[in-house]
Amino acid sequence: MTSWPILSTITFLPLAGALWILFFVRHEDEALAAKNARSMALWASLVTFVVSLFVWFNFDRSSADFQFVERVDWIPAFNISYHMGVDGISMMFVLLSTLLTPLCVLASWDAVKVRVKEYMVAFLVLETLMVGMFCALDLVIFYVFFEGVLIPMFLIIGIWGGGRRVYAAFKFFLYTLAGSVLMLLAILAMYYDAGTTDIPTLLAHGFPASMQTWLWLAFFASFAVKVPMWPVHTWLPDAHVEAPTAGSVILAGVLLKMGGYGFLRFSLPMMPEASAFFAPLVFSLSIVAVIYTSLVALAQEDMKKLIAYSSVAHMGFVTIGIFVVNQQGIEGAIFQMLSHGVVSAALFLCVGVIYDRMHTRLIERYDGLVGRMPGYALVFMIFMLASVGLPGTSGFVGEFLVLVGAFQANTWVALLAASGMVLGAAYMLYLYRRIIFGKMTKEDLMAILDLNWREKVVFAPLIALVFWMGIYPASFIDVMSPSVERLIDGYEAALARAEGPTTLAELWNGVRVGALGEAR
Amino acid sequence: MDQLIVLLPLLGAIIAGFFGRLIGDRGAMYVSSGLLLISMVLSCIVFYDVAFAHNARVTEVFTWIDSGSFEVSWALKVDTLTAVMLIVVTGVSSMVHVYSIGYMSHDPYKPRFFAYLSLFTFFMLMLVTADNFVQMFFGWEGVGLASYLLIGFWYERPSACAAAIKAFLVNRVGDIGFALGICGAFVLFGTAGFDQVFASVPGMADAQFEAFGISGHALTIICILLFIGAMGKSAQLGLHTWLPDAMEGPTPVSALIHAATMVTAGVFMVARLSPMFEYAPTALELVTYVGALTAFFAASVGLTQNDIKRVIAYSTCSQLGYMFFALGVSAYSAGIFHLMTHAFFKALLFLGAGSVIHAMSDEQDMRKMGGIYKMIPGTYLLMWIGTIALLGVGIPGVFGFAGFYSKDIVVEAAYASHSTHGTFAFVMGVVAAFMTAFYSCRLMFMTFHGTPRASKEVMSHVHESPQVMLVPLYVLAFGAVFAGLAAYEYFVGQHMEEFWGEALKVLPENNSVEAAHHVPLWVKLSPLVAGLGGIGLAYVFYIASPALPAKTAKALRPLYLFSLNKWYFDELYDRVFVRPARVLGFGLWKGGDGAVIDRLGPDGIAATTQNASRRTSLLQSGYVYHYAFAMLIGVFVLVTWYFLSQLG
Repeated sequence: MTSWPILSTITFLPLAGALWILFFVRHEDEALAAKNARSMALWASLVTFVVSLFVWFNFDRSSADFQFVERVDWIPAFNISYHMGVDGISMMFVLLSTLLTPLCVLASWDAVKVRVKEYMVAFLVLETLMVGMFCALDLVIFYVFFEGVLIPMFLIIGIWGGGRRVYAAFKFFLYTLAGSVLMLLAILAMYYDAGTTDIPTLLAHGFPASMQTWLWLAFFASFAVKVPMWPVHTWLPDAHVEAPTAGSVILAGVLLKMGGYGFLRFSLPMMPEASAFFAPLVFSLSIVAVIYTSLVALAQEDMKKLIAYSSVAHMGFVTIGIFVVNQQGIEGAIFQMLSHGVVSAALFLCVGVIYDRMHTRLIERYDGLVGRMPGYALVFMIFMLASVGLPGTSGFVGEFLVLVGAFQANTWVALLAASGMVLGAAYMLYLYRRIIFGKMTKEDLMAILDLNWREKVVFAPLIALVFWMGIYPASFIDVMSPSVERLIDGYEAALARAEGPTTLAELWNGVRVGALGEAR
Repeated sequence: MDQLIVLLPLLGAIIAGFFGRLIGDRGAMYVSSGLLLISMVLSCIVFYDVAFAHNARVTEVFTWIDSGSFEVSWALKVDTLTAVMLIVVTGVSSMVHVYSIGYMSHDPYKPRFFAYLSLFTFFMLMLVTADNFVQMFFGWEGVGLASYLLIGFWYERPSACAAAIKAFLVNRVGDIGFALGICGAFVLFGTAGFDQVFASVPGMADAQFEAFGISGHALTIICILLFIGAMGKSAQLGLHTWLPDAMEGPTPVSALIHAATMVTAGVFMVARLSPMFEYAPTALELVTYVGALTAFFAASVGLTQNDIKRVIAYSTCSQLGYMFFALGVSAYSAGIFHLMTHAFFKALLFLGAGSVIHAMSDEQDMRKMGGIYKMIPGTYLLMWIGTIALLGVGIPGVFGFAGFYSKDIVVEAAYASHSTHGTFAFVMGVVAAFMTAFYSCRLMFMTFHGTPRASKEVMSHVHESPQVMLVPLYVLAFGAVFAGLAAYEYFVGQHMEEFWGEALKVLPENNSVEAAHHVPLWVKLSPLVAGLGGIGLAYVFYIASPALPAKTAKALRPLYLFSLNKWYFDELYDRVFVRPARVLGFGLWKGGDGAVIDRLGPDGIAATTQNASRRTSLLQSGYVYHYAFAMLIGVFVLVTWYFLSQLG
């Protein structure tokens, strides 16, 4: 391995860009300063992306270990160090973040007109925090990045958002903060038990079973909000609706994955017994999420809200896949997260395209766009189909692997989750029909223009990814396989050591049987 | 070569779709049609190579999904079953392409149409060449997409958009079964590849399995799940509601997708999985019952429909029922035989109907047609060929049109299986044959004979279609006449075993096709007699005394309405699924998310906090004596507490 700290480079390059914009991009002329800020942000994020490709190409696909590891003592007295590294689970999320950021900058090129400098700074800082979060191998570092993400996002929604932006921003902030306070307590407890906050050490530590339950619940509070799982999902529609397009893209593309990533990095390997114990709870909430939010999506009148609800449903698949804990389930869940990162980001960009033109997200204000915007109709069609999970697109692989995994664990879970296949198709096709198909009758739409070259540049890589992931997913699954295998082996070994009722359902059955016995 | 057959249509779709503007309408039409014709010629070569030279093979292209032990590849499996489907798909598809050059000549979006048609063909070919469940699912969903796009081709019509969505969604309901069936097969066999699964089926014949709270015979559960998928795609009773609506698409689409190829995918699937279904007798029974009921149901609805395309659509649905009950009694070869002949004559009928619609200035209602057979004699003749082939009329032992051979073997096999379900299917099949004859002749008589009921304006425009539309019809008519005779010995006759090779599996005790050759004469004659009866009745009703249909409808009004309204399936589904889903969605949004979660959650907490702080702030009145009073009380409480605790 090289000694060059590549992960830190990726993490802090955007921050450097942000500082540069903050201190050196000044000009008498407001418009010129804005232009410079945009170019600088684009360059910084593009260079970051190019550097991150180095990780992709040099990643050892046969190893389950953390790679590109960097370690510097930070607070030796408390055994806290600056420790970075990626494995097969986190590596592709880093790339997802570095890919989406330049696209977001491009998508905001004309859409954001006020405080452009600050906007670009916020996005670059956000990128630093996201990448740092996925690379962090120390709980404290992780927590700092994990929570830090909130701040730029809060600002992006609160300053550049729509009409009810302040309400949405606070809702977003409070929901997430409520969860993370509990997580902070859990981190302290872990530190007292293990004497370190080093993640690889903690992975091997093995917490006592009684403690696992509480730790799991505390982490769950934080991650469930992030995913978001039903019933703590109501911040998401509001946040999405009010956020500017690029904010929605990052929110759906990367921020939602922090919850799923957290389950994979902490809950499953560090609290295996508690995970097994609570799995039925997760399944129930996920299935409710899939069916409930799909039905709600069917009733939406606002495009962004519809896609936001569809995100909740898709993330329901992710949580099911994670907690069935078998190869297909977890790989499917990771794949679904990556695919959702690309597809939902693209769908929000699609909404952004027509929002920029017509300044409304209400579905009823549009019809028959295919007549004037055939290119847009095609792009939207591709992402709609990927969202519906058509084979050959990225959406299928994750969804299907999760089903295969779930069927092995519990056939009911598989059946109910599969009903999402129909409901998901229903709301997406219905949306598409209302916006794209039909006869164009509305006066104000008559002059609407098709995609411009900048928008095409934004969509092109996402379309390529959707098909690449759909037709040759092996190049992604290979990356995660060794790490996922190790995760499952560790999990099963831990369960084998444990005794007593291993799931909530079994405990419940035990209680019921006991009660019946007493009643007799 | 196998790859070329599959990829040429995709290439055609890409060229027509993305470069249509560059090469012009004509370019797009000729390129995509030309590529398909090449693909058809190659298919014929492959068919000969596989079916007669016995070179069945699997070509692996590259890995698709590889997750733990779940490994599937993009691969092309070509055996006799696939080869037959290759001929049917590329044959009908290329004819439809050529026909569409004429039919769509007035449409402004020709390149898009041809791109969709070619794309459909690509997916269909991927489906029939699949060597594992997942690739089959890829083709399966892909043809669903193409069907969705083509039904909604005229996107400005609300009815077309609605029909497109309905088709996709109803199919998806079936696909849940298919997807879960794949999961089940993987769990049971540890693989999703056909050859590996088939090899281990006999060893798993008695395996038990628990799914959805039912613990039972594993193969039966899996096969039933897979069959639910087949029901959706092949429009079997219960999941058939999308097919009649799908007629909103352009007529060539109806011929290709909703008659000849896509809707038969379910039949193909069950035949392909015959090594599994053979060990799941209960599943086979279910297949038989569903098929027989569909054959009966669809024929009964076809009796009263007035839209020319819908009559043929219900006829398709009914014929698919025949194919399924053939499969259900283990007469897979007979089912595929009927699939093949049906593709020819049903495509012919649809394209003929398209020609009529074209001639009648886009009129589809048969009540506004009539008396035009002299004006379009070519189409008239071709339609009769298709109709006779569908009726299965022929002279036993001498010659008959295609349907004569295939329908007879299907019905005889049902009888020959000597089981309750087989006998049920036999009776239903004969009754449906009677109704088929009636509605088919009704269609012919109403469309072509009697007094003209169209306006003078329309009648003055009635014209024969151009050669580019008629030549494909000649080709299909040739197939409709001779395909049965030519293929009989190979598909279901003496050379059967040699012809099919390993492609179909029938347990020796289930060999109903063999037994079908030895049924009594009255069984062999009964479909024919039923058919002739139906023709006679139709002649009486629509030629001899045209007032009779109205009178009969009045006399049997409840039955008539029941049939006319398609057994009220659409109304039922609308009440049970569609409307409740909307109401529920809206209710959960406003009630669940809004009134419960938000009010108890963030909004509630925020309101409570505000409320509490407002009240606390009231305490800060600013008067010193308020504070002094509070302090005094505090001191008093503290001191009292101190003394009390001392005493205790």
